Amino acid sequence: MSGAAQVTKRAKYKISVKDPGTTGALRMNDQKLMFMPDNRNSGAKLVVEFKSIQGHKYTKEGSNKPPLINLANAQGGSYIFEFDSYSDLHVCRDFVSKVLEKSKETPNAALEKSAVKLPDEQLSEEEMQLRIKLLQENSELQKLHRQFVGGNILTEAEFWAARKKLLDRDPSKKSKQRVGFKSAMISDIRPATDGRIFAEKPAVHRAFLNFVPNKMTEMEFWTKYCRAEYLSRTKNYHAVVAEAAEDEELAVFLKEDDILANEVRKKIRRVDPTLDMEADEGDDYTHLPDHGIFRDGTKESNELQSEHYRRTLLQDLNRHAAVVLEGRTIDVEREDSTRALAEALARSKRGNEGADNNANEERLDRTPRVAEIEDLQAPHCLPLAPLSIKDAREYFDSQQANTLKASRDSQASMKCSLSRQEAYGSVRDAISEIKDMGLSDPIVNPEVALKVYSGLTHNISSIKYHLGKNPRETVLDRLPSATKEKLLYHWMSIQELLKHFWSSYPITTPYLYSKFTFDDVQVNRLKDALSNIYPQLEEMKESLPADLRHQVSLLVRPMQQALDAAIQHYDADLQKRSAKSGEKPNGYV
Amino acid sequence: MASAPSKLYSDDVSLVVVLLDTNPFFWSSSSLSFSQFLTHVLAFLNAILTLNQLNQVVVIATGYNSCDYVYDSSSTGNQSVGNGRMPSLCATLLQNLEEFMNKDEQLGKQEPEGRIACSLLSGSLSMALCYIQRVFRSGLLHPQPRILCLQGSPDGPEQYVAIMNAIFSAQRSMVPIDSCYLGAQNSAFLQQASYITGGVHHKPQQLDGLFQYLLTIFGTDLHSRNFLQLPKPVGVDFRASCFCHKNTIDMGYICSVCLSIYCKHLKKCSTCGSVFGQAQTQSDEPSATNRKRKTTDA
Repeated sequence: MSGAAQVTKRAKYKISVKDPGTTGALRMNDQKLMFMPDNRNSGAKLVVEFKSIQGHKYTKEGSNKPPLINLANAQGGSYIFEFDSYSDLHVCRDFVSKVLEKSKETPNAALEKSAVKLPDEQLSEEEMQLRIKLLQENSELQKLHRQFVGGNILTEAEFWAARKKLLDRDPSKKSKQRVGFKSAMISDIRPATDGRIFAEKPAVHRAFLNFVPNKMTEMEFWTKYCRAEYLSRTKNYHAVVAEAAEDEELAVFLKEDDILANEVRKKIRRVDPTLDMEADEGDDYTHLPDHGIFRDGTKESNELQSEHYRRTLLQDLNRHAAVVLEGRTIDVEREDSTRALAEALARSKRGNEGADNNANEERLDRTPRVAEIEDLQAPHCLPLAPLSIKDAREYFDSQQANTLKASRDSQASMKCSLSRQEAYGSVRDAISEIKDMGLSDPIVNPEVALKVYSGLTHNISSIKYHLGKNPRETVLDRLPSATKEKLLYHWMSIQELLKHFWSSYPITTPYLYSKFTFDDVQVNRLKDALSNIYPQLEEMKESLPADLRHQVSLLVRPMQQALDAAIQHYDADLQKRSAKSGEKPNGYV
Repeated sequence: MASAPSKLYSDDVSLVVVLLDTNPFFWSSSSLSFSQFLTHVLAFLNAILTLNQLNQVVVIATGYNSCDYVYDSSSTGNQSVGNGRMPSLCATLLQNLEEFMNKDEQLGKQEPEGRIACSLLSGSLSMALCYIQRVFRSGLLHPQPRILCLQGSPDGPEQYVAIMNAIFSAQRSMVPIDSCYLGAQNSAFLQQASYITGGVHHKPQQLDGLFQYLLTIFGTDLHSRNFLQLPKPVGVDFRASCFCHKNTIDMGYICSVCLSIYCKHLKKCSTCGSVFGQAQTQSDEPSATNRKRKTTDA
């Protein structure tokens, strides 16, 4: 951040606007502002952290009020300072707004910036900015970063090594897009130096290349061009002819743009006939003078057949639109002079022509192949077997046969001991019984009903207790949110640590070795971090009420198992290495 | 297709289609006698009709060999039968039921082999859905339909496909299928039906209080169910039956083309005819089929 790190001005501190105020000196730096009154004994000394400042207001220059700035703090109070002059006020105001903006970033931005800078890594400024941006956007990532890199458990490089995808994606976004042409048409006569005129009017482009600097200077060229433009705007067609007859260079500008005509003809040839669209010379409306509105607003008959054509507004609009949509083919900023610009444009156009020719040939080849007459073709035999979906009834019928031999081992415990006739008979008897007797009274015995009720109530309440009202609620949702946060946080950090832990095995380089060894001064980072998580998990479980404890321990168990596995592996590996301590360990010099 | 427009009618008008299990082989060996069962059911149907003047009840008998409509409260042809000792609802229903049982007996020729035969639940479900579709198409003013399945017979694995189709079409038409299972074991089909369509499944503990269960759990209309806590099963038995042997399985092979389930590895799918490819590894599993496990929720 450019600018002064500290600002000191003379000011008067006021409690309210009407207060005469105590004179003194106001000093502001990144963290806080301090006001020191001239009279040390007045007791109006003030030290305020910028963190507690919410906003600032100030009086405008030009009003009759004295230059005041009012800083509002979080508790609703305000600090009012009056300055000697408006310029002081502006300086202070700018400083305050800068500081407030900075403090609106996450408070750990400073910490991250310091953490991200590493002496042993050649990071470009861009990459650092990218990392900071990623950390600011993703709060989870930020928490992890703070915990591990801040706590010296992982180095910066390791942390980001696992996240190459995140870092790679961004640079591509920053690929420079060339700013295209403005979509406003050139209606004024001043030629802009961005090559637009050349793009829109290739005849002018050619004339420029030919005339300048051989026949005339650039200034003269543009003067003539402007004169031609001016002339064509007038309604006086005859004047145009007259002047064109005088000055042949001027005539160039007034002539039909034959380059454009050629281009359009080429475009027509390029139309793919296999698309079954008709295109012919009649579509070359850019050169038919009776389309569109004449630029001067009148419609004159076409008796005067001359080579000076009248550009129609429609033609200009279309050409302009085509050019804008095409975008810039050359990088404008690199070209210094118009001349160089023109040449670059010419070069790029020549390059495109070659490609066009190839495309044309390919199209000519393809056309006879594709333009088949469908009626005369042989039927297509696809090399696929057709899907045969059989009639569903066949399936069900065939399965009927299966039902007869089906499940003798079914789980029915009650077997029907009656024959068919007897069974049907008993049912029929039951029906007639009711018919004779009518419905029983009472339908249900009251005690039985009561039992049913209590059973149901108990059932419903116990299920509700176990499942919760919403069957889609997960276990996590039922925990208090603080516990849920902690669980998720532990899970994430365990994942991160384990990722780095397992990726370091097998230990082949001294660097990896140093992550684990006790011998170095550097503490055994990863393993310690891993073992530290155990007491944290325990502590979290203890803090819960008893009914949730079981569920949380179910959730925590896989985490603990993963940690156990890692530590076991570590111990086993350590043992192996110390067993071989007499010999050189593998890869370790 | 949705029953939302029927909110214009009234929120709590319901059409209950009751699928009554009349499998004689089950009833002859059940602890609850058929006559007691009928008593409870008839009283329950009456109660439904008294809850709202516009309520309708349709009863479909699920027999051993056939299914048929046995009672329709909205039909005007209910002549009063019998000796006036019971409401015409009961009289008509019993009369029709008796006729149905006679017809059913005529249709079947074979003895069931050892185990309890299953009733044609898929048939009656389909009939119920057709009736409900007709009601849907009768205009905007129609009651909210639901299906109540009173079943005692065990699941017939050969009906798995048909029952699942019926369940999914009920789900699509937003018709809940409530089920009350009166048999000894658990019915996977009924649990799945209620779970998928959003209905209530219950297996009463005390069969002589059946009427109480019916009225408490299955009596309420769909709108009021939003405010009530009805018993939910703790878990649903999602087991399927294999297409080749009709065994209930929880781990098997699935054809990736038509999703038919098999209990052992086949060279060719019997439903769609697709040939399964050779295994790429030396293991038994071919690469064209998956193993799919359906677990019972605890």
